[in-house]
Amino acid sequence: MRRRPPLTLAVPALFGVAFLLTPLLGIVADAPWSGLGERLTDPAVTEALRLSLLVSGWALVISLAFGVPLAWLLARTDFRGKTLVRSLVLLPMVLPPTVAGVALLQGLGRRGLLGGPLESLGVRLPFSTAGAVVAAVFVSMPFLVISLEGALSGLEPHYEEAAATMGAGPLTTLRLVTLPMVGPALAAGAALCWARALGEFGATITFAGNLPGATQTLPLKVYLLLQDDPAGATAVSLVLLAVAAAVLIALRGRWLAPGGASPG
Amino acid sequence: MSTRIPRRLAAALLLVPLALPLAACGSDESDDEGGGGGGGGGGGGGGDTTLTVLAAASLTDVFEEAGELYEEANPGVTVRFSFAGSQELAAQVTQGVPADVLVTADTETMAGVEGETGEPTVIARNELTIVTPPDNPAGIDALDDLADPAINLVLAAPEVPAGRYGREILDRAGVEARPDSEEPNVRSVLGKVRLGEADAGLVYVTDAASAGDDVLSVPIPEEQNTLAEYPAATLDGAERPDEAAAFVEWLSGDEAQGLLDDAGFLAP
Repeated sequence: MRRRPPLTLAVPALFGVAFLLTPLLGIVADAPWSGLGERLTDPAVTEALRLSLLVSGWALVISLAFGVPLAWLLARTDFRGKTLVRSLVLLPMVLPPTVAGVALLQGLGRRGLLGGPLESLGVRLPFSTAGAVVAAVFVSMPFLVISLEGALSGLEPHYEEAAATMGAGPLTTLRLVTLPMVGPALAAGAALCWARALGEFGATITFAGNLPGATQTLPLKVYLLLQDDPAGATAVSLVLLAVAAAVLIALRGRWLAPGGASPG
Repeated sequence: MSTRIPRRLAAALLLVPLALPLAACGSDESDDEGGGGGGGGGGGGGGDTTLTVLAAASLTDVFEEAGELYEEANPGVTVRFSFAGSQELAAQVTQGVPADVLVTADTETMAGVEGETGEPTVIARNELTIVTPPDNPAGIDALDDLADPAINLVLAAPEVPAGRYGREILDRAGVEARPDSEEPNVRSVLGKVRLGEADAGLVYVTDAASAGDDVLSVPIPEEQNTLAEYPAATLDGAERPDEAAAFVEWLSGDEAQGLLDDAGFLAP
């Protein structure tokens, strides 16, 4: 039988739940249900949606390309300054996104550290969709790396050792043994990473600016709609809320238990 | 295993940021002898009054100065500002933000919240100018140059007055400019030019003046320019309507007008 929780814990916990739930219920209650279809098919909204999917999709691809090797390195190798690298990876998760935007401007902007070299290559990040992708990668990649690193660290090394004794090189082992075993954690990390990229606002508006069709993603659209058309902002918020809920339902709490991945 | 912070220390560290603002509140209240303070803000029952003024982003510098002057002249009154794009401020008013005075950068936005304000008074006028980084990398000389698709042009979003005025000016001059970003308020346009990310932007003359040597101002001839009006009004929801009205009136007085004039605003 389950123990009944003591009231001293249950009451504040319930308040906590109510606090988290109320704003979300507010969106649902306030949503312009009758005109919802019309508002969501408004060309300005579909354009922002298309751009959001493009930006978050690319952010996920790039995060996978850099994040998977990074997670493997952190989990499987020892090197000087590893703690520092791990902190660096975590930093964007705790950094205010607007600060991330300022940092990106100072690092990759036209007058930033790498601005000159980038410009000579013909790459201009601020005010471009590529810039919005960069901002999204910066804030979302940590979710993938941390999730995957946790799973890799929790994985018994003897499967990989066995593969190695059978003559598989490190890359083959990673591809055929390690990644399939941490598949669920990888999927969970990827989903969180994508959701974070989809929701990115602060770094995007600071670094990439706000232009419909180029850098105005859904969160930026919501922010501007709120000034002009609050009902429209609520409608778009509802979509983003539904997407976020869908991601969590698909994960079913899996990311809370990294390393819980079992082979097979 | 990495070094672990002892638990008590960790708990203490966590409490510091929580305790700091509380301590600040505490000292605020102890100043207020009358006790039994009213609703929100810092305003108590007795002498201390906090006026919350929502003001257009382009007023940032001059209003901060004006606020200090007003506080000096009116002991016991604290003026608190919230600067943002006019349209955003209007949206906040519609959503019931607790504030006393609203000052927008156009009469249109003010008219949009007509039902929630007192009678507006125009306190200043302003004009637009082109700004570029000090070295003017794209060689901008006139409005026509803004049509060049190769330059990084930044305008305020069409929702905010500066964005609307800017488009009016460009349309009237027959310049087909395609901005690279539409910033949520005029100050972020200035910011992007200051950072050198944008080759050109359209801001108010007063914004350009506030940035000093950080930007180069390329004036727009008067016949091409447009005149922005700044109306100020008390909010119906004001906690202290009398003080709010006094502040709005003060804005039209000599002292405030002098400051506005110094900052490059035109007389109403």
